Amino acid sequence: MQRWKQEVPAVLLLAGLGLAPFIGFGEGYVLTLLARAMILAMAAVSLSFIVGGAGLVSLGHAAMLGFGAYAVVILDDLQIVEAMVVLPVAMLAAAGFALVTGAIAIRTSGVHFIMITLAFGQMAYFTATSLSGYGGDDGYTLYARSEVNGARILSDRLGFHFICLGALTLTWLFCRMLLASRFGRVLRAVRGNPMRARALGFSPYPYRLVAYVIAGAIGGAAGFLFANATEFVAPAYISWQRSGELLFMVILGGISGLHGALLGALGFVLLEEWLSHQWEHWRIAFGVLLILAVLFLPNGLAGIPNQVARMFRRG
Amino acid sequence: MLSLRGLRKNFGGLAVTDDVTLDVSPGEIHAIIGPNGAGKTTLINEISGVLPLDAGQILFDGRDVTRLPLHRRARLGLARSFQITSIIPDFSALENTALAVQAGDGSSFRFFRPTASEARLNTAAMAALDSVGLAHRAATPAGAMSHGEKRQLELAIALATQPRLLLLDEPLAGAGPEETERLIGILRSFRGRYTIMLVEHDMQAVFALADRISVLVYGRLIATGGPELIRQNPEVRAAYLGEDDIPLSGAPC
Ligand SMILES: Nc1ncnc2c1ncn2[C@@H]1O[C@H](COP(=O)(O)OP(=O)(O)O)[C@@H](O)[C@H]1O
Ligand SMILES: [Mg+2]
Repeated sequence: MQRWKQEVPAVLLLAGLGLAPFIGFGEGYVLTLLARAMILAMAAVSLSFIVGGAGLVSLGHAAMLGFGAYAVVILDDLQIVEAMVVLPVAMLAAAGFALVTGAIAIRTSGVHFIMITLAFGQMAYFTATSLSGYGGDDGYTLYARSEVNGARILSDRLGFHFICLGALTLTWLFCRMLLASRFGRVLRAVRGNPMRARALGFSPYPYRLVAYVIAGAIGGAAGFLFANATEFVAPAYISWQRSGELLFMVILGGISGLHGALLGALGFVLLEEWLSHQWEHWRIAFGVLLILAVLFLPNGLAGIPNQVARMFRRG
Repeated sequence: MLSLRGLRKNFGGLAVTDDVTLDVSPGEIHAIIGPNGAGKTTLINEISGVLPLDAGQILFDGRDVTRLPLHRRARLGLARSFQITSIIPDFSALENTALAVQAGDGSSFRFFRPTASEARLNTAAMAALDSVGLAHRAATPAGAMSHGEKRQLELAIALATQPRLLLLDEPLAGAGPEETERLIGILRSFRGRYTIMLVEHDMQAVFALADRISVLVYGRLIATGGPELIRQNPEVRAAYLGEDDIPLSGAPC
């Protein structure tokens, strides 16, 4: 079994992110960009866990980020900035939302599941726009970044970089562990052949719901970091376009493994950034590139090595 | 072991299960035969819980399971195979089988330990693979196996749940002559070890394997009895006219 080979890209990527500040990518704006990429990657990995692992194609994952980010906002308004409090609240809020909406959404499947998660996501979005006490549509500027045990680690650029990297690494390891466990095996079985899983005695519903809630909690943690990265939260951050982007990152990277979401998210954010500096109408080129990627990379960015190897073998 | 009491099911106006009453005793291989479209698969679906009944009662070990969903019946020890192979294609043969072992091994809400290192599951899974002659293919992705191997895997999966009753829906379906030989050999090795309800189209196999045979025609049971009795039943012969010939010779073993 050469399973470890599959992990090489992810390990290299995470190691590269760890080295980045020391090999010429330590400027303020680069670190800001990388932090954004890592936070979105964290959300994308949690989404990949339910899409690739459990077959739950959610188009409402940004709402989980939203619950995390707005937990930061609401607590900031109450002058509670201790991460030991804010982070658990952010995760619980998102998990609670995932539990309530998932309990309904998971009764459906396929296109219906996509539409119902989209609808719940939009409900969260419109609720955010109506929070006039927190700036409504215009958003809310944080008084300060969260503190950890009273220390302002998150305010230090390099410190924040490594906190994001740590969170992303933990997310990846955690989701990998889940997928390799008994629980994850049932999830994967239900995705691969639900009738077979049921005939063996597994009711898909509780497994899928637990997975959905876990992904929601991780999304909430990503939202917590997102709010701290920008020190500003607006409903636009959690619109359905964001959910679409996250889903796109997952598919762009490849859903056959979690490392695909890592590649997809980093590739997406960096390409977007680079293109936007090249050309005023960069969105057109971006769109074309994404379409080409979907057409010619059936297994996503993560599948490129195999695809190249196959081309060579064919001669 | 299994009692069916007056089962009824209509699809549209068509009675697909028409007052079926039947008992399967512990340890026997009870075959269900009948022409195509007789309602054999439907009957298996009703017993396993895939399809709801219109009327009737299903008792399993004396317990009324008529209203239990599929997965609850599976947990009671009702295992089934499918006429159209139903495996998890991107799992290896071993993982397909280990999942079945896992189903009978306590809670699956376990999040930390990698299944790859669960020796108890993997050992039992290997034993099930071995008993259908697939041990050497344990690491092969199920989707990449030949049709005959998939049929063997389907049996291993059913065995691995340590079932109290096996419902096998045409385990020989689509197998070539050589594969059929091998599968019959495997089924023969189940005799006396499992209680089996065997739906099969291959008469040779049925008469070789079954302790008792029930004949289903247009959703109705027209006869139940030992192989000799069924072979000589005029109604059965009539029902099969123009269909598969019932072998007149060839001793059941
Ligand atoms: N889901 C269904 N809806 C309507 N008719 C069905 C359905 N499933 C099976 N039938 C019909 O019921 C009859 C019995 O089918 P089946 O149980 O598959 O027969 P067998 O397995 O004995 O060949 C057939 O006439 C078939 O067309
Ligand atoms: Mg059939």
